[in-house]
Amino acid sequence: MTEPTTPLTTAEPAVLQPGPLVSVSGLAKSFGDHEVLRSIDFEVDPGSVTVLIGPSGSGKTTVLRSLNALDVADAGVVRIGEVEVDFARRPVTKQEVATLRAQSGMVFQSHHLFPHLTVLENVTAGPVLAQRRDRSEVAGEARELLRLVGLEEKADAYPYQLSGGQQQRVGIARALAIRPKLMLFDEPTSALDPELVGEVLVVMKNLAAQGWTMVVVTHEIRFAQQVADQVLFMDGGVIVERGTPDEVLTRPRTERARQFLHRILDPLD
Amino acid sequence: MNDQTTQLILDSLGPLLRATVTTTIPLTIISFVLGLVLALGVALMRLSSVPVVSSLARIYVSLVRGTPLLLQLFIIYYGLPALGVRFDPFPAAVVAFTLNVGGYAAEVIRSAILSVPKGQWEAASTVGMGYVTTLRRVVLPQAVRTAIPPLSNTLISLVKDTSLASTIQVTELLRVAQEAAAPTYEFFALYGVAAVYYWVVCLVLSFVQSRLEERQNRYVAT
Repeated sequence: MTEPTTPLTTAEPAVLQPGPLVSVSGLAKSFGDHEVLRSIDFEVDPGSVTVLIGPSGSGKTTVLRSLNALDVADAGVVRIGEVEVDFARRPVTKQEVATLRAQSGMVFQSHHLFPHLTVLENVTAGPVLAQRRDRSEVAGEARELLRLVGLEEKADAYPYQLSGGQQQRVGIARALAIRPKLMLFDEPTSALDPELVGEVLVVMKNLAAQGWTMVVVTHEIRFAQQVADQVLFMDGGVIVERGTPDEVLTRPRTERARQFLHRILDPLD
Repeated sequence: MNDQTTQLILDSLGPLLRATVTTTIPLTIISFVLGLVLALGVALMRLSSVPVVSSLARIYVSLVRGTPLLLQLFIIYYGLPALGVRFDPFPAAVVAFTLNVGGYAAEVIRSAILSVPKGQWEAASTVGMGYVTTLRRVVLPQAVRTAIPPLSNTLISLVKDTSLASTIQVTELLRVAQEAAAPTYEFFALYGVAAVYYWVVCLVLSFVQSRLEERQNRYVAT
């Protein structure tokens, strides 16, 4: 693999205001009869990394997808920077959803790269096709982003020609290209072969070191220990424990968190 | 085969070729292109979340597919004058074939759009694209790949279906062959020539189809 290189100027996080960048309060969501989220509250400080962990079906992905309204919550308020959407007030307009969504970059579990576009075109798609920015200016910026994720020599390749880890790194560059305030990661390494997980985590760790505000859903406990400022442990649609990695991952207070961590750290026990 | 028949065949090659090039092929191309535009609109209506819109599209598709093409042609050419709408033969045929292609191709395009994974719509929207941009830049380019084989079928069927226009005075390939054969009773020879012409046109289209399919496969692992 190509090692991701040092941070670059164009990929720097936005200038940060005092106070939390993200506030979520009273977030609730049901799919049919199934209550996926019940009253989720948390805040994310600018430049910090929040990791969401928990068993599958606990609602962590839905929390993440509510932050950019890919899943529209039934109730609750989400604020990112100056943009606030109250999901209890119906209907939530397309304009509100679009404005909220523009605040964050999203990295999907199965990357969802555009297969008919080259790597470079994938990265420029947002700025050129949606934000209508100048193509040549964006192309230069996109190449720097590809350098940041260690893939500048793959600019003209199609996604199918890349490994899973490389595809995921292009996904990160594509999300960064829209100049978001916040980066969202939905289990970015869960679909990867074990030997490809590291290269993606290294890129994420570099972003965190540069001061990006990140919310990450993951099962990579070591990543959470090293990089997270805040860990939220979810189960059954609620946040059961929250705190520093040390508090939640090393000395969990609840039995549910202890069992969950035991299951993923020592699966054979 | 006697010399007289051979001569008749040789004499018919030119006029039949002319009918193919000046009528059968233009009728096919114009109807197909207009039909595809119509079909895209109908397919998007079918996919609409507004019940009235999708129902209208559904009814249209059902009418087109549920009635004979020959009857559709007759209604437009012989029937509509009763309502004061009068077409010349060629435009009448274009209208009928366009409406017909619009119905069949709409279902092809709809299913091709549905074959593009939902994640593509989500990814496009997270980088800021709206509905129209996503459709144009992300979904349709991928849907084309799925749609080429069935749309080629529609096109090849259309080439042969244009022969139905002979029944409403359009001087296309089959009608010219009929007119040449009638006074001499050399039906076998002249219809044979017409068949070869249809077949050659379809062969060319099949060739174009496989080239298009190859081109579309440039971005998928093989």
